[in-house]
Amino acid sequence: MADEAQSSETLKRTPLFELHTELGAKMVPFAGYEMPVQYPLGVLKEHLHTRAKAGLFDVSHMGQAILTGPGHETTAAALEKLVPGEILKLAPGRQRYTMLLNSEGGILDDLMVTRPAAAEDDGRLMLVVNAACKDEDYAHLEARLPGAVNLTSLDGRALLALQGPAAAGVLSRWCPQAAELAFMAATPAQFDGVDCHISRSGYTGEDGYEISVANDAVEQVARTLLSDDSVEAIGLGARDSLRLEAGLCLYGHDIDGTTSPIEADLVWSMSKRRREEGGFPGEGRIMRELREGPSRKRVGIQPEGKAPAREGTEIVDAGGAAIGNITSGGFGPSAEGPVAMGYVAIEHAQPGTQVQLMVRGTERPAKVVEMPFVPHRYYRKSK
Amino acid sequence: MSDMKYTEDHEYIRLDGDVATVGITKYAQEQLGDVVFVELPDVGKSYSKGDEAAVVESVKAAAEVYAPVSGEVVETNADLEGNPGLVNEDPEGGAWFIKLKLSDKSELDGMMDASAYAKFVEEQA
Repeated sequence: MADEAQSSETLKRTPLFELHTELGAKMVPFAGYEMPVQYPLGVLKEHLHTRAKAGLFDVSHMGQAILTGPGHETTAAALEKLVPGEILKLAPGRQRYTMLLNSEGGILDDLMVTRPAAAEDDGRLMLVVNAACKDEDYAHLEARLPGAVNLTSLDGRALLALQGPAAAGVLSRWCPQAAELAFMAATPAQFDGVDCHISRSGYTGEDGYEISVANDAVEQVARTLLSDDSVEAIGLGARDSLRLEAGLCLYGHDIDGTTSPIEADLVWSMSKRRREEGGFPGEGRIMRELREGPSRKRVGIQPEGKAPAREGTEIVDAGGAAIGNITSGGFGPSAEGPVAMGYVAIEHAQPGTQVQLMVRGTERPAKVVEMPFVPHRYYRKSK
Repeated sequence: MSDMKYTEDHEYIRLDGDVATVGITKYAQEQLGDVVFVELPDVGKSYSKGDEAAVVESVKAAAEVYAPVSGEVVETNADLEGNPGLVNEDPEGGAWFIKLKLSDKSELDGMMDASAYAKFVEEQA
């Protein structure tokens, strides 16, 4: 207990710490921060509320940074040397998911890259990286970027996510620019007179936004959003079950320094040009895996009974031979049952393949399935 | 309720003759959050005090339930299979886990009673 008291002193807090406490959140250490894991509503109801209406998440612990160079081509080319995503052809006001790679083609972190919409921001790229990785990411980037491209950590900015089918209607009440924004697009905006930067994206599989706003203004924005009857504050517990149902990777669990984007089934995040040209760290391995197929792959795992299979659970074949491990698993409140993902040897990766999960020493039947477990409901503009 | 005993792992025992009804306390279910799955042992199985006898899982995590006393399982609560959320609603009543036929009644000596457990929980906060 003495240790806990000590470590909580060194934990960082987001600008919304007092609001979380006021709302009755249960705070836990996460990635060096004291973060709300759940509010009095509880993980299950928070999860279901987000899928039914709108959930507000404090994700200010995540790292926001900006790359600045003389022009888009220079900045994009510099970043493309470190990630496998298509950055050169990223249009102004568009956002993309990609990952920092190590020299073996393993994933150092996954991140969102946004090219700002405004002409005067040409040469800039905005990054959002994982909280637990941000210091190492920034050091990695700074050591490898050319002299003409600089990294600036945006420590003065907080980040909110508003997710769910009601998110667009709610945000548009105070921020009209939100209404017509396309999925994976971003724009500078005003929220009730407060300068912010919004993107239409998130980590739940639902329509929604991330709102970047100055630390000293974020509480006002959060309180205003929470004043809408359809918005509830949502903690990290439901954030995890929502992203798991959506089939999205959690860094350090489903992807890490040993897994390549091909093994992780993230090929979709690479453009044709990048798959053909390479030019990113670990291209030897990644190009080989693209040609010959990886030896293992991240897949959805659907346990057949009611028992959840947690991270670390061994996956075996019909003969009892080990073929992989669960990397994320739990109960999906919207799927109304256990859901999981993990890596299996490639010969077992086909959807429909029967496998066994070693749950507390007992074999339990499961099936390899397509993800997501709950259909994505991202916003698509009607044409 | 005078015959209730508690463990430091937040299990309770309600004694009826030499049969102990075992479950997890109100405090334990609050810590776990929404219970979504309970795994119970087979009737007839015997446990020594401290053995893992059941598993209770919330959206967040799995937790073991230990046999608070040694004995043989004489009944399990079938209601929990179809309605694990009962553990949150009525932990110390309808949501009992197992009934154990005690093999050594002296193991109850020194276990916390309701007021000692209440104090113990207060110290956990």
